Amino acid sequence: MSPAVRRRVDARVVVAVLLLGGLALVPMISSLIGGPFYITLFTRIVIFALAAVGLNLILGYGALVSFGHAMYIGIGAYAVGILSHHGVGSGWIQLAAALAVGAVVAVVIGLVCLRTSGMAFIMITLAFAQMFYFLAISLKQYGGDDGLTIAARSDFGVFTLASNTVLYYTALGVLVACLIAFHRLVYSRFGMVLRGCRSNERRMAALGFPTLRYKLTAYVISALVCVIAGMLLANLTKFSAPSYMAWQASGDLIVMIVLGGMGTIVGPVAGAVALLILEEILSGWTTHWMIVLGPAIVLIVLTAKRGIYGYLVERTARHAEARASPS
Amino acid sequence: MTSLLATVGLVKRFGGLTATDGVDLTVEAGEVHAVIGPNGAGKTTLINQLSGEIAPDAGRILLDGRDITGEPVYRRALMGIGRSYQITSVFPEFSVLDNVVLAVQAHAGHSFSFWRPLSAEAALIERARTALAQSGLAARLATPVAALAHGERRQLEMAMTLATSPRLLLLDEPMAGMSLAESERLVTLLATLKGRYGILLVEHDMDAVFKLADRISVLVYGRVIACGDPAAIRANPEVRAAYLGDQDAAVAA
Repeated sequence: MSPAVRRRVDARVVVAVLLLGGLALVPMISSLIGGPFYITLFTRIVIFALAAVGLNLILGYGALVSFGHAMYIGIGAYAVGILSHHGVGSGWIQLAAALAVGAVVAVVIGLVCLRTSGMAFIMITLAFAQMFYFLAISLKQYGGDDGLTIAARSDFGVFTLASNTVLYYTALGVLVACLIAFHRLVYSRFGMVLRGCRSNERRMAALGFPTLRYKLTAYVISALVCVIAGMLLANLTKFSAPSYMAWQASGDLIVMIVLGGMGTIVGPVAGAVALLILEEILSGWTTHWMIVLGPAIVLIVLTAKRGIYGYLVERTARHAEARASPS
Repeated sequence: MTSLLATVGLVKRFGGLTATDGVDLTVEAGEVHAVIGPNGAGKTTLINQLSGEIAPDAGRILLDGRDITGEPVYRRALMGIGRSYQITSVFPEFSVLDNVVLAVQAHAGHSFSFWRPLSAEAALIERARTALAQSGLAARLATPVAALAHGERRQLEMAMTLATSPRLLLLDEPMAGMSLAESERLVTLLATLKGRYGILLVEHDMDAVFKLADRISVLVYGRVIACGDPAAIRANPEVRAAYLGDQDAAVAA
């Protein structure tokens, strides 16, 4: 490995540690400033970061642009909502049910969608997500259009998510675990197959890989990460609503990934932080905040071609280089 | 004795065009069988049917006497059919070594391994190094493929195909775009492979074809108009008229 490459690798670690370390300090800073507002905002950020990291596994490493991953957030949220509506407050049962339903849905929908590629894949994933969106609206006994209020947050026996701080650190813990696991995954046999399919699927088949099987597995893993994000989101808002599955929510996830840096493990976290904080600040200024946010995103994507995370890594590497060789 | 590869009455039509018209062809183990023919004769279409990328409209494909007409591409690859592409088909964002490791990996059990880094799989890497040494790329292991010259990419393409330990090689114009020195080197490599693999060679470079082939089939408008050893093909008047034409002088020289 050349020194320049090593410095870049180091810079990646530095940026990731600063980003996650900063997130770990949020509850303390929030209690110093006073008020639960910041911890609620940042719990939302961490949850969407988790969902974006999940989607990025297939979008960034498999070039499979799913425009329907909010559907899996919805499945996680409704698993908590519906079970708690029927008096099942155990987080473990909710988790098992959410993952089981999510896995079955992801396998079936994945098998259909993965027979297509490119624009067709985008459209068919969107179509399935819209089906689930309207299915949720039609569930009159579970609030229909208005959504479903959740009486109590999930109870995991050894701990409950009732406290905002516990919920925040649970979400952050899941995010960090997911980042570590994905970091291992992309350099494993499985990750190499996935990246090979992104690059040249026809060649992968000619080498002897049953590519559909691997892409489907990646799709299911990515969906299940979003299911868990949905469970956490329902716990945060104590509410599950059809709007969680709206196509705009799927679009937000893609924006976070592009903004943060596609095909990097930590990039989507930076993207989620940037997008949601920008949204928060701008919506405080004006009700027409989308008019400002849109051009701001375009500007960031055009100037930092490899995303915010890629830009930060580049800067840190250059900074380290300048300090290593003072001239 | 059953042939390594046999096609029986293979037909493929694209609309009104018959790209493969009742082709019966065999490749014996250890033999180089070259398929030549003018542009548009259906050579690549034939290879794509053998590798499974397109399905024939009629006829059967047999590998060791076993019907594989309905098998998908990846299963044929696992059964021992390795192919190279006319347009270089490698993974540009990986290193040279990783490209070949991926080829080895395809034939070393399943890849549902999510935690252990590929760089720790010593057995795979060792086999990939051997395949690269064989193809003359040993010095370029860590080079990103994007930085390779055209000829080196063709060599890598070959190394990947060999790393899948095939029994039958389908080579689609392996010399395309190579310099004279590079194609000479490839001819030498293919000559050393002869006898160990059954090879179906599609190639425009007539020098290479006549040097390497045990048998030659001439394909014109999807139909095999002649099949025989190089001397017989060279002497065949129908072939001379249909294809060899002015190149005949160069071949004879």
